[in-house]
This record gives sequence, structure tokens and C-alpha cells, in this order.
Amino acid sequence: MGIGDASPESGDRTGSARNGKMSDRKMQFIIRSEYAAGLDVQQQILDGVEKAGFGGRELFAIKLALEEALVNAIKHGNRMDPAKQVRVEARITSASVELLVEDEGPGFDRRGVPDPTADENLEKCSGRGILLIESYMSRVWWDRGGRRLRMIKEHLERR
Amino acid sequence: MADSTPPVAVTQEKDIRVVEFTNSRILDEANITDIGRTLNVLIDERTNPKLLLDFGTVDHLSSAALGMLINANNRIRQKNGQLRLANIKPQIMEVFVITKLNRLFRIMPGRAEALASFAQ
Repeated sequence: MGIGDASPESGDRTGSARNGKMSDRKMQFIIRSEYAAGLDVQQQILDGVEKAGFGGRELFAIKLALEEALVNAIKHGNRMDPAKQVRVEARITSASVELLVEDEGPGFDRRGVPDPTADENLEKCSGRGILLIESYMSRVWWDRGGRRLRMIKEHLERR
Repeated sequence: MADSTPPVAVTQEKDIRVVEFTNSRILDEANITDIGRTLNVLIDERTNPKLLLDFGTVDHLSSAALGMLINANNRIRQKNGQLRLANIKPQIMEVFVITKLNRLFRIMPGRAEALASFAQ
């Protein structure tokens, strides 16, 4: 993959590397299926996002989408299985943030997820993470049978 | 990253329990489970529970937090109680609008309006 100084055998976060322009940043992590590991990765990515000039509503959007994506991968994808890992990549430039979150779970079919805003689903307690990701990010793709999520937030606001 | 601060502060206004969140982020699962547990205790202690959740301190919340709120709402309704949400910041309000949960919850602008909106 050639990004960062990954050491997946450690099963812990794998650090980051700067490539290309000073403002461009690529980060890669491989984490255990634990919320605490997800929080740590989130913080590192969001620090990079803020340094690249994102703030306000865009930073809020990225934070929310990343949180939802990590919880989905850890809880619904890997089902907290300690033998399974989550791969996270971030490409941060001053123009956009691209995030990739991949789990080792059974995958899912996006078209099969019920609309949580439908009247009959409004009182159900789940199903809103995907809606929030798709609402808050500029572009979202699911591939590898639903195991990998790729999402982009364009930088449109100027601080 | 254990945090010993209780996730909510509870006060009383007449027969209404007012709940304030002590953490600006209602995001991580442990925190949400704690809050949900506290709300359940407050709901279960009365026959017609009246709860006001003050979101004044909240800057972030996740879909798991929304699930916890829906669960509390369902539980309160089962007991013929009343739930109000108040002081929600615009950024957080947008989350309620996107998920259309602004139609499910009674959301009031401020605490005074929310307190006044409870039926006897």
C-alpha cells in the first residue's frame, strides 16, 4: 500500500506520513475492533483535518461521519471480534478530505438498509449512521460487498 | 480513558426532572450507555415521568445517541410521561432535522418554554 509506516502485526495504530505538498497528508491505521482504538484514530485524523484549514460545519460533518463509520465497522462489521481489524486511511489536502474505512465483517447491501426517516421506522433505535454519513459527506461509496466505505468531503467553506 | 464525572446532572423543577449533559460530546458508546441507564432510572421512578433534556452544553452527538434518546422517548410514552428537548445548538438541530427526529421529539427553544410546555 505504501502509505505510512504501517506495522499491522502490532495490531495497534500505525502512525502517519507526509507525502507530496506540505499541506497534503496521508495517514493509515490498522486498529483492533475496540471503541477506544477508534477514538484515538479519530483524534489524529481530525487534528490533521483542522490543520488543513477545515472548520465549522465541515469539521463537524467529517467528525460525525468518521465516528459513524468507525462505529459501524467495529460494532456492525467486525462485531467487536478481537481477531478482526479495521483499516482506516485518510488523505487530507487543503481542498478535500478522503476517508476510507474497511472492516473484516460479512459486509452488507446498502440497498437493503431501511430508510430510518420513514414514518414506520422513526421510533426504531438504529439505522441512522449511514443516513448521517451520506448526508454530511460530499460523496460516499460502499464497495467490497459493503465492507469498505470511501467518503470525500470537499472544502468549500473558507475560514 | 475512564471518566469519573457523571454523564448528566439532574435537578428538579416542580415535578419535572431537568437533565443536563456534562460532556459536550454524546458520542462514545460507554458514555451513551451511562446516560441511557440514568435516564431509565429517572423514567422508572415515577408513574407519569416528566423529563426535560437540556442540550445547552452539547456540541456533538452520534446516531447511537439518537437511538438512546428514542429508547427513552418510547419508555416515557409507555408510562404516559412527557419528554421535552431544549437548548439544542443549530449544528445539532440539523442532525435532528436530517433524521426527521424533530418530528418525533418535542423540541423547545429554551428551558423556560420547555418547562412551561408540560401538561399538568
